[in-house]
Amino acid sequence: MANRRIRILLAKPGLDGHDRGARVLARSFRDAGFEVIYTGCHQTPEQIAATALQEDVDMVGLSCLSGAHNYLYPQVAKLLQEAGAGDIVVVGGGIIPEKDMPGLYASGLTALFTPGATLDSINEWISTNVTPKE
Amino acid sequence: MFTQELLDKSSLMRKKWEDEVKKIIAKRADQKEKWSTVSDLEIKRLYGPEDIKDMDFEKDIAYPGQFPYLRGNQATGYRGKYWTFRMFAGMGSAKTTNERWHYLLSTGQTGLSTAFDFPTLMGYDTDSPKAKGECGKCGVAIDTIDDFRDLIKGIPLDKITTSMTTNPPATALWAMYCASAEQQGIPLNKIGGTIQNDMLKEFIAQKTLMCPPEPSVKLISDTIEFGTKFVPNWNTVSISGYHIREAGATAVQELAFTLRDGMEYVEDVIRRKGLHIDQFASRLSFFFNSHIDFFEEIAKLRAARRIWAKAMRERYNSQDPRSWWMRFHTQTAGCSLTAQQPYNNVVRTATEALAAVLGGTQSLHTNSLDEVLCLPSDHAVQIALRTQQLIADEIGVANTIDPLAGSYFVEALTNEMEEKAWEYIHKIDEMGGMVAAIEKGFPQMEISDAAYKFQKQIDSGEKIMIGVNKYNIEDEVIDIPIVEIDDSVEEGQLKRLAEVKRKRDNRQVAICLKDLADACRKGENVMPFCIAAVKEYASVQEICDVYREVYGEYRDPGIY
Repeated sequence: MANRRIRILLAKPGLDGHDRGARVLARSFRDAGFEVIYTGCHQTPEQIAATALQEDVDMVGLSCLSGAHNYLYPQVAKLLQEAGAGDIVVVGGGIIPEKDMPGLYASGLTALFTPGATLDSINEWISTNVTPKE
Repeated sequence: MFTQELLDKSSLMRKKWEDEVKKIIAKRADQKEKWSTVSDLEIKRLYGPEDIKDMDFEKDIAYPGQFPYLRGNQATGYRGKYWTFRMFAGMGSAKTTNERWHYLLSTGQTGLSTAFDFPTLMGYDTDSPKAKGECGKCGVAIDTIDDFRDLIKGIPLDKITTSMTTNPPATALWAMYCASAEQQGIPLNKIGGTIQNDMLKEFIAQKTLMCPPEPSVKLISDTIEFGTKFVPNWNTVSISGYHIREAGATAVQELAFTLRDGMEYVEDVIRRKGLHIDQFASRLSFFFNSHIDFFEEIAKLRAARRIWAKAMRERYNSQDPRSWWMRFHTQTAGCSLTAQQPYNNVVRTATEALAAVLGGTQSLHTNSLDEVLCLPSDHAVQIALRTQQLIADEIGVANTIDPLAGSYFVEALTNEMEEKAWEYIHKIDEMGGMVAAIEKGFPQMEISDAAYKFQKQIDSGEKIMIGVNKYNIEDEVIDIPIVEIDDSVEEGQLKRLAEVKRKRDNRQVAICLKDLADACRKGENVMPFCIAAVKEYASVQEICDVYREVYGEYRDPGIY
């Protein structure tokens, strides 16, 4: 299974329906050669963690623009850790105030992408920082 | 439009101008090769009589208050009445939002517009596990009529019109409004306002979802029927392009999908309820986005009126001119605003608001400079409201009606928008209508295509957003006050809801909900049953759970 492609679960936790960013990223990931699974809107953290395990992904990307990121993102990271899948890289995106960032990193998120991040810069970060499972 | 003599003369003069242009660009090339709108619609260097020579003044332009209403519905334009200054507001608890409403009215706002939080929008109560972390964050939390009464406290329901941005639970929240009015002694035929109540654009774009498309349309037809009979001054649906555009659509897609959604509702009411078009069409209202490309937006709004008038008269054989009017609210484009250098957003919003007014809007929300980052602060809201007041009172654009009519460019662009919109509308007709098109994922995919293309154009610098990919400030610190809704709102709301559930007559609630479920199963109009249920303090979620139970639950298929 050498050179397996990076598998990404792109997920929208919570009740937020602002999915433009997630949809654009799903296409961008696909075009960059990653394998993408997009959950669609309105997933609970439990559903997201279960899908991540079932699909054996290398990374989970979370997008939420309702302001509930401080609850939802750490919850996903926690559930993955509890399931022994702490090796899955969890990243988040959206309009995340500077002051929320330390808490999110401390909860287990590896990167946060905020307004102005280009598609290429995100793809490059993933290629550099996420290793596909052997 | 023009005599052959003028066109011949123009053609010669045009040739001369073109030769001159060629000479100049041979020496100094244009700054870029392609000049296009934000929607990537290519624009010519110059427009002239030849671009609108096929227009028929009587058929295509005419006067304000005359078919095809290109120049507006009102014969008097803005002289009789400005557009309604209607700022969308909702945050935290009902009490906090009520305070914001009173503040807005005291500062010259003329209509109210409600933003609900995500649980309320999706038909969940604050005590649902799905609601955790969301209470009051993006709008006001409403669980029962008890909250609703706090929301409208001190608002004269017979004088102020209120718009409610609610879709899946529209029947429940409208029922709360109707029941509250009755309890205040105001008859239903004296209240006015709007419920957004447009589910088709939810499947296409905004994704506040509850039941599948078919029963969703049935619920909307119920409200249209109920409004027609009992609440004649209510706009029972606000057919919305706003969210379609925010999801990444082009201006033409916004125009086409919105109008085709409107046609879907019209056809369902005629078929399902047996109403005549002229019994209800005058209460259909629309809601558009005003994006950053100035002329494209003006052309879109003008084209929208003309397409709708033609559709009403020709497609549905409407005889009443009131049915031919397209009445619409406009909101400036949230997606055009930037987190970077946020004060620039004031300029963007002002430009977009001006386009909306030049396009003849009847109602307007102007975004606040901080809305890209958080709920708007009082100060930011005041600047946004003043932006439209300034357009009304200072800059002179309200002096004359539809001042851009007859512009070669604006008329040509208006025609182009209309033609391209009809192409989409006919394509959706061929698919079997909008519900069928949505089930195929057609509008969703078209929008995703456009959104992805635009993002790549931003990343490559082909399209410019100031502060994002040009004139950036290195290591910018975004330093504006951020409004936050703290978690005590959720705690307070949970207590309140528990209290209501304890005090109400739960047996009576159960009976009302069973009656509602029976009405759903029998295909009866749900509105009277909703009103009865909310009076007994049935919650938004309890009503929506009935719908989910009877009609099934729809999940976002995650199309990209």
